[in-house]
Amino acid sequence: MSDKRPGEREPLFHLSRRHAIPWWQAWGIRVLAIFLGMLVCGVVAFLLIEKLQQRPERIGDFYYAFIKGAFGTQRKFWKFLKNIAILLCIALALTPAFRMHFWNTGGEGQTLVGVLACIAVDFYLGGTIPEPLLLVLMLAASLLAGALWGLLPAICRAQWGTNETLFTLMMNYVATYLVAFFLEVWVKSGSGVLPQMKTGKLPTLGSNSYLLIILIVLALTVCLYIYLNYTKHGYEISVVGESVKTARYVGMNDKKVIIRTMLLSGALCGLAGYLIGAGLDLSVSTQSVGGQGFTAIMVSWLANFNPLMMILTSGLIQLLNQGAAQISQDFDVSGALPNVIVGIILFFIIGSEFFVNYRIQFIRKEKEAVK
Amino acid sequence: MNIWLNFLIDSVAFGATFIYGSTGEILTEKAGHLNLGIPGVMCMGGAGGCLMLNMIGKSGLPPFMIVLLGMLGSVLFSVLCGLIYSFLTVSLRANQNVTGLALTTFGVGLMKVIMIKLDATVYLVGPKEYYRWPFAARQDSLQALGILFFLAIAIALIAGYVLTRTRVGLNLRAVGEAPATADAVGINVIRYKYLATCIGSGIAGMGGFYYIVDYMASQEAYLSIEALGWLSIALVIFALWRPPMTIIGSTVFGFLFSCSSFITNIPGITVTMAMKPLLRMLPYVVTILVLIITSIRNKRENQPPASLGQSYFREDR
Amino acid sequence: MGDGKLEKQLAMQMRGITKRFGPILANDHVDLDVYRGEILAVLGENGCGKTTLMNMIAGIYFPDEGHILIDGKEVVIRSPKDAFEHKIGMIHQHFKLVDLFTAAENIVLGIEEKGEYNLKKVNARVAEISQKYGFHLDPTKKIYDMSVSEKQTVEILKVLYRGADILILDEPTAVLTPQEITRLFSVLRRMRDDGKSILIITHKLNEVLEVSDRVAILRKGEHVATVNTAETSEAELTELMVGKKIDLNISRSDPVNPQPRLIVRDLNLVSPEGLQVLRDISFTANGGEILGIAGIAGSGQRELLDTIAGLQKPASGEIVFHNPKKDKPVTFFHKSLKRVRELGKAHAFHDRKGNEVSFEGMKRRQIRKWVESGDVLFKEDEVMDLRNKNPLEIRQLGIHLSFVPEDRLGMGLVASMNITDNMMLRSYRKGSAGMLNRKHPREQAEEIVRDLEISTPSLTTPVRKLSGGNVQKVLVGREIAFTPKVLMAAYPVRGLDINSSYAIYNLLNHQKEQGVAVIFVGEDLDVLLALCDRILVMNGGKVTGIVDARMATKEEIGLLMTKSERREERAANE
Repeated sequence: MSDKRPGEREPLFHLSRRHAIPWWQAWGIRVLAIFLGMLVCGVVAFLLIEKLQQRPERIGDFYYAFIKGAFGTQRKFWKFLKNIAILLCIALALTPAFRMHFWNTGGEGQTLVGVLACIAVDFYLGGTIPEPLLLVLMLAASLLAGALWGLLPAICRAQWGTNETLFTLMMNYVATYLVAFFLEVWVKSGSGVLPQMKTGKLPTLGSNSYLLIILIVLALTVCLYIYLNYTKHGYEISVVGESVKTARYVGMNDKKVIIRTMLLSGALCGLAGYLIGAGLDLSVSTQSVGGQGFTAIMVSWLANFNPLMMILTSGLIQLLNQGAAQISQDFDVSGALPNVIVGIILFFIIGSEFFVNYRIQFIRKEKEAVK
Repeated sequence: MNIWLNFLIDSVAFGATFIYGSTGEILTEKAGHLNLGIPGVMCMGGAGGCLMLNMIGKSGLPPFMIVLLGMLGSVLFSVLCGLIYSFLTVSLRANQNVTGLALTTFGVGLMKVIMIKLDATVYLVGPKEYYRWPFAARQDSLQALGILFFLAIAIALIAGYVLTRTRVGLNLRAVGEAPATADAVGINVIRYKYLATCIGSGIAGMGGFYYIVDYMASQEAYLSIEALGWLSIALVIFALWRPPMTIIGSTVFGFLFSCSSFITNIPGITVTMAMKPLLRMLPYVVTILVLIITSIRNKRENQPPASLGQSYFREDR
Repeated sequence: MGDGKLEKQLAMQMRGITKRFGPILANDHVDLDVYRGEILAVLGENGCGKTTLMNMIAGIYFPDEGHILIDGKEVVIRSPKDAFEHKIGMIHQHFKLVDLFTAAENIVLGIEEKGEYNLKKVNARVAEISQKYGFHLDPTKKIYDMSVSEKQTVEILKVLYRGADILILDEPTAVLTPQEITRLFSVLRRMRDDGKSILIITHKLNEVLEVSDRVAILRKGEHVATVNTAETSEAELTELMVGKKIDLNISRSDPVNPQPRLIVRDLNLVSPEGLQVLRDISFTANGGEILGIAGIAGSGQRELLDTIAGLQKPASGEIVFHNPKKDKPVTFFHKSLKRVRELGKAHAFHDRKGNEVSFEGMKRRQIRKWVESGDVLFKEDEVMDLRNKNPLEIRQLGIHLSFVPEDRLGMGLVASMNITDNMMLRSYRKGSAGMLNRKHPREQAEEIVRDLEISTPSLTTPVRKLSGGNVQKVLVGREIAFTPKVLMAAYPVRGLDINSSYAIYNLLNHQKEQGVAVIFVGEDLDVLLALCDRILVMNGGKVTGIVDARMATKEEIGLLMTKSERREERAANE
């Protein structure tokens, strides 16, 4: 691990890549990591939360809050599912790009322009055309806007090898200020807050207004899983991601694959934006996506880019988020606490992947005489 | 005319925030690590400094000691963040983007939790004459500049000198360009990566501190640091990975960022409110253009470090 | 040179050096002495452990057993840095240079010297060393602007700058042109005369005889002998190297009814850097025949195959493919309905009774039915121009052109995918639906694993985890699986052990007997002479000769491999 120099001690251990690891061992490591992370969260919480310092016995409540936050009431549970669905949707959208080793850090912006586009359609056409047509137009606008936001970096990357991580990252802020611009134009009062639209709301399915969104995302998960693993496009994505040389060797058009995949990735982000805009908020603000575009990167990566696994990882993150929000409420602390807790747990999970992928062998050999 | 000069100086002073942030990020990227946690690091730097000031603000220490300790607190916190990042990405070889984003999530959150508990009247009643030395007494716009500002300029220039003119800089660039090669000639790759990341974080953290207690000196200032952090990452591209270039770039960015509120003061120019966001968008658009143009021109010297974003494991080669 | 009169001074001694990689014994108790002021050639076949041995001196590996003594004192070398401290430097086959840096920056990289860092002084010192040994190098030139030979010069200077007295060069001539080799050898001689010890790893006998003072021969990890170059011969060295005189014993059948399959005429290719890498290449590859391509590395072999396979666009010339189709039924296996229609208009088909087929006025479904009944036959062989067609278009024309590239895991296969998914690379587009069909590839994968005796834990193991020989079998197996008409293989046995190599030879021979036109790019002349029917020799992007492998001698081919260069040199001198 560290460089050996003359006179320096022998390293204590040797690292090598693992060839295979039984699934239960891998999961054991990850669960252990989360467990350790939760312990550290407890310590940090103790340092930060005065009410906990005064009454240390409430530490049980602290951990119970994670259950309570997600499953406490029916309303909370539905909200939990809805939050998972939105985060999952963005993560799913990013995944085709990641599979292609195209580091799309622009999920935030691609989703945000999706929200903006559908609200724009709603703003200008709402009430003048039939509601179903309006919804369809809004959807089309969202998909198009997201796809466009993904297309620009893809073309530059395919054509000139422009660094896509930085490009997509910058596009996020262009999107943010674009939203700010339209808010200035639309909201004459200058308050920058767009009141909820009266039209263009996704229909409610059954008894719960979140149900439709959840079902859409669930269907998308399955579709994307199939798309990535069982279709020719998915196969091409994997080959191009793994080796452009191989792709060219068998006659794949790598540029076409990059552009097509980013169109899809962007459009799916646009869809997430549509679900947020037409399904939930009926308004747009610079905070409509609220950083979920970034969290989604982690969701996708933690699940090793497997759409089905992402249900779990997005569930975990939202569980932490809602739990921490519950803690903020119960213990009367700043609303930023969820970020701290999610951050800590993420550090531990990220770190644990190392122990899944590498084997550490401690060197027990007696030190060779170094003279 | 005077308005323009005032505005230029204000932009320069504002830009120092980015100089800290981008110089720190450049050092990290030169070691091959894209630290998307810089916004979080800057937040933590600000929080650390304010926390320290909050603790010693009323202790009656000599003012320059208070300033110094504040800086120390800031560096301490941000280096700690850098350590977390480098432990995960260098030693545990975790994905840099994911780790960086997690660090930003963590840093921003923790800063907010901390800052809300602090008493602005204590940490902001810093000895202004020390921050703004030697211009504190002046009544014109130069009054906005001070030691922390000059420190930023100095750090950018020194970093530029170290990178291009010293052995350490040569080794560091080699680590970022071709870690396996650097390893083969006996450069301690791991150590360079750790040091670059931690020192870079320390410098970036100062940016947050500077923004809160010096440039803005307001209670609400901490809320906008995250956005400035992202802008700092953009500035790295704009500066083509050259620290001295960040001085010019930061002025331009500072100008664009704040000119929306300034332009309205100029007689003869009418700007609608709607223009404001578009002006603020400009730095990012310009950065994207720089990114595209450099990749089209494909001049090797202007590209990101070749191993940026990839972790290094000797036995992979 | 010590020339026997002067007492030779020992520079380095190796005693009982042993290294194992898992079950494989790479070096078995090797004893080796190196003297000051000599060039010692370390000779051995691929995989005999010579590079491993040298890597242990250079600090890349650490020996399991044994000692290394420098100037009579035992030393421990754990890292390249330790090696440098004992004044040992190694020039690796794959250069370790930072592309973005200048030559001088690369040379001083990693040196911890006291005092200020001054590139001007470094440049001056580099120039001084260059002059001393007769290098030509601009220290301020960036690596990415350099030729391979210049990069090698930088590597050598890097080692000299650090004051190395023992220099190890791993196959330094593999990438050089003959003139560059001559220049390198003269530099090496100057360094020897300066008292340095030079170890040069190679398997080329002529170079050994030309440049070395002594030769150490390794065979299967053991040090079998050290001889004085002046007292040995090529025959003796060969015998020591391979054990006994080995008749390669590759069975070679006589070509049956060779028919022109691939005709290349006046092919020219210009690289993206503007260099002409192929000049007026013309040859014919016949079905039922193995055409060998010989030449020193970098003579344009790779570019030639790439161009035929459609990976590079030629500047001019023709690549004509004769597709033997006469009296064979048309299928939709590779031909699309559109293409079948086009061919129908061009009177390419007849039916079983010999009447010309016309699709005039027929509906798609009718054409489809008719073709699928197998009653539509080709009238003539197809003749197609492959120029400016990419690999996909070539496939869509129904041309079975297989290509086993040099870079197996980087180009021929996807390292992280399993055997089944790698089998699909060529065929995944089959079928009109968007979905993949893994059933057929899986059967194919099972088949080649069984037939080629590929040892793999399972079909779902990523090919990256297979051994080199098995990786190559997967690749060749896939390329053969789709019944090629032309099979091109670039260095298909490089890095493989004897058994795997023979397995590959047999596969190629089998293809030849099936009537396939096999093109085999090789580096070992013995193999080329024993395996091929004809051998095309390339040099500097040109064809310098095509010889009958049954009649030709190694000397003859060796001459052709360097022929045009000599002529050019002569022309330049006049």
